[in-house]
Amino acid sequence: MDFSITEEQSALKDVISRFIDNEYDFERRMKIADGDDAFNQEVWNFFVEQGFTAIPFSEQDGGLDGGNIEIMLIMKEIGRGLVLEPFLENIVLAGGILKRLGTVEQKERWLSEIINGEIQATVAFTEPQSRFNLNDIATTAKKQNNQFILNGKKSFVLNGADADLIIIPARTSGSQSDTHGITLFGISKLTDGIIFNTYKTIDGHSATEISITNLEIATDCVIGNVDEGYECLEETIDEATLAICAEAIGIMRSLHDKTVEYSKNRVQFGIPIGGFQALQHRMVDNLMACEQSESLLLWAIMTDQKNKRKSKKAISGLKYQIGTAGKHVGQEAVQLHGGMGISWELDIAHLFKRLSALEILFGNADFHLQRFINLSES
Amino acid sequence: MHTNFTPEEQNFEQEVQTFFKDKYPSDIKRKQDYAIPLIKEDFIRWQKVLFTQGWAAINWPVEYGGTGWSTVQKYIFANEMAKANAPAIVPFGLGMVGPVIYTYGNEEQKQRFLPDIAASNVWWCQGYSEPGSGSDLASLKTRADRDGNEYVLNGTKTWTTLGQMADWIFCLVRTSSDVARKQEGISFILVDMKTAGVSVRPIITIEGDHEVNEVHFEDVRVPLSNLIGEEGKGWTYGKVLLQHERTSIAGVARSEYRLNRLKDKIKNANMTQPSLQNDSNFLRKIAALEIELKALEYTELRTLAAVSVGKAPGPESSLLKIRGTEIQQCLDELFMEAAGYFSLPYVPNQYSLESKEINHVGFGSDSVSSLQYFNNRKASIYGGSNEIQKNIIAKHVLGL
Repeated sequence: MDFSITEEQSALKDVISRFIDNEYDFERRMKIADGDDAFNQEVWNFFVEQGFTAIPFSEQDGGLDGGNIEIMLIMKEIGRGLVLEPFLENIVLAGGILKRLGTVEQKERWLSEIINGEIQATVAFTEPQSRFNLNDIATTAKKQNNQFILNGKKSFVLNGADADLIIIPARTSGSQSDTHGITLFGISKLTDGIIFNTYKTIDGHSATEISITNLEIATDCVIGNVDEGYECLEETIDEATLAICAEAIGIMRSLHDKTVEYSKNRVQFGIPIGGFQALQHRMVDNLMACEQSESLLLWAIMTDQKNKRKSKKAISGLKYQIGTAGKHVGQEAVQLHGGMGISWELDIAHLFKRLSALEILFGNADFHLQRFINLSES
Repeated sequence: MHTNFTPEEQNFEQEVQTFFKDKYPSDIKRKQDYAIPLIKEDFIRWQKVLFTQGWAAINWPVEYGGTGWSTVQKYIFANEMAKANAPAIVPFGLGMVGPVIYTYGNEEQKQRFLPDIAASNVWWCQGYSEPGSGSDLASLKTRADRDGNEYVLNGTKTWTTLGQMADWIFCLVRTSSDVARKQEGISFILVDMKTAGVSVRPIITIEGDHEVNEVHFEDVRVPLSNLIGEEGKGWTYGKVLLQHERTSIAGVARSEYRLNRLKDKIKNANMTQPSLQNDSNFLRKIAALEIELKALEYTELRTLAAVSVGKAPGPESSLLKIRGTEIQQCLDELFMEAAGYFSLPYVPNQYSLESKEINHVGFGSDSVSSLQYFNNRKASIYGGSNEIQKNIIAKHVLGL
């Protein structure tokens, strides 16, 4: 039994932590969020230079052979700093699909470029009707001669407007909710036949609605086998879920720390409000919510990844916890800050909004509690 | 980062499993499974089995007859004990007064008391709470006045668990009222329950059982040599002991055992109450509890990992106590919900006689579920109420 991290992991944590403290303060973050661009290219270049973008890939693929622990360390800091740059979309989502199923040629064409920061990428994992069900795919891909013709709609495509590569799951056989019959396609943004409707999201990020009409795709853009993309999609989304849970914990801890600090300085009725027992107990509840969430994150990370049922179940347990405990900590932090908690100018509001978005992303608490039950041994 | 055991630890786990399989008396197991209250003879017989194996004084140093186990070994043992549904060691002697005596007592006291505690020859109870001192423990009023080479005790202790079975009681008493802080002037004194002037009166609790008592002291004369450590320092000794108590009452392993029993009950419900199997609201409550319990298991492991590299279990033990007892009580509720109507018959002794089993009311231990539910409302109240634990965390962890 050992909960310690290695020296290399500790060094990685220090690099990103220092960057957040020294070069990504709240003011700069808000400037990026309010700007026309979805993220800041200089910051992304820094991520590339530091090797963050190479972490979860094998040496053979040009990566650093890191795993979930490294991703966790980075994502916690990304949470604390409210980082807008598309680490999740490029590295965990698109990179996650490519590292699992990409051919040597596809990895050279796309994955290397993602690691080098030459291209932006994402995965279009949801559709207007599918809510949190990854297998609910109405977008069709019909084989015609030597190519596929795609038609359909994809919703909430994160980093979609900037993505040079969009990985699109489409239905090549079966009915709308079958897990079999889903094929993954790598598509260049500049292709004719796609219409984008891009918007900012409540948390300062940006996303795109995509309409696809008679889009012609060459067969060498199929990632993995035809009809057999679902397992890879689910595994990748699970890994991404783990990543955003770490991000959420970074946010929860930040909200908790800032709330305790505020309660020591804010004086009402002649004493700091942190002296009131009614508020003290609520802050203790927040601390416990943070610790319990951290514990489940460690459980999910240490669960044997080879036992797929168990590792999926652990991730759903964790996401349920983040959905419930995260909501609690977020709402309480705002409440304890009083009017300041609902002011745009304070970071509390923006931490709360990102946390609220993460509760929904990849499935809310209700969805994951049901999935946890379904994955239990019968 | 991993939670694997070393080969040595795996061997130890095997050894412990074999022990529980071979040495845990089946009649006591039956009582445990049907939640039949154990009598003193049961406790003692079981603890002597542990003592013979050398596994009674888990936390004690080897020199006093302890195991000398690592943190991980203690964790493995607690887990296996819960899985076997074996009775927890009654804490007052081995878990509480023992450590105080070997830490703060003198040589003569160690030799006099520790061997009998280790062997469960002498039964102890705890004299802390008083009718006027619950959460505000330091306001206690039981007095011990010096008279020659004796203390004279007067006052009342309450909520004394299993006091009716005890041979000795360890007490926090006031030896001086002339103090700046009420925590000063409190001393830690051992009293033989057979001493003239000691009387025990039962308190019947909500479920109808006799588990706790009031203990009265009326001019009880105790030799000065029964004082542990220094006069007036009892509060410090008592606090150390409470931290031991808090970590153990989290009861993670035991809750895991109970959760599995609850799941088994549902799995087998097609024979009894089929609608329970399809009650999605109920299944969701169980799943949410399972997640919360898994989190607590890892919180405990993190605490153990910190302890095993030499850090003391600090105020975080309060967190384990709060969440641990909340989970226990949630399990109590779910068992009662699962029993439905059969949680309502008040037939506390129906399992005590084996011959009557054929006529018993309800499935399995259904009728005991409500008694357990009512009885265990105590969990969030004792050991320093959960609100007191939050005060401790607010002060010592958050710095408020």
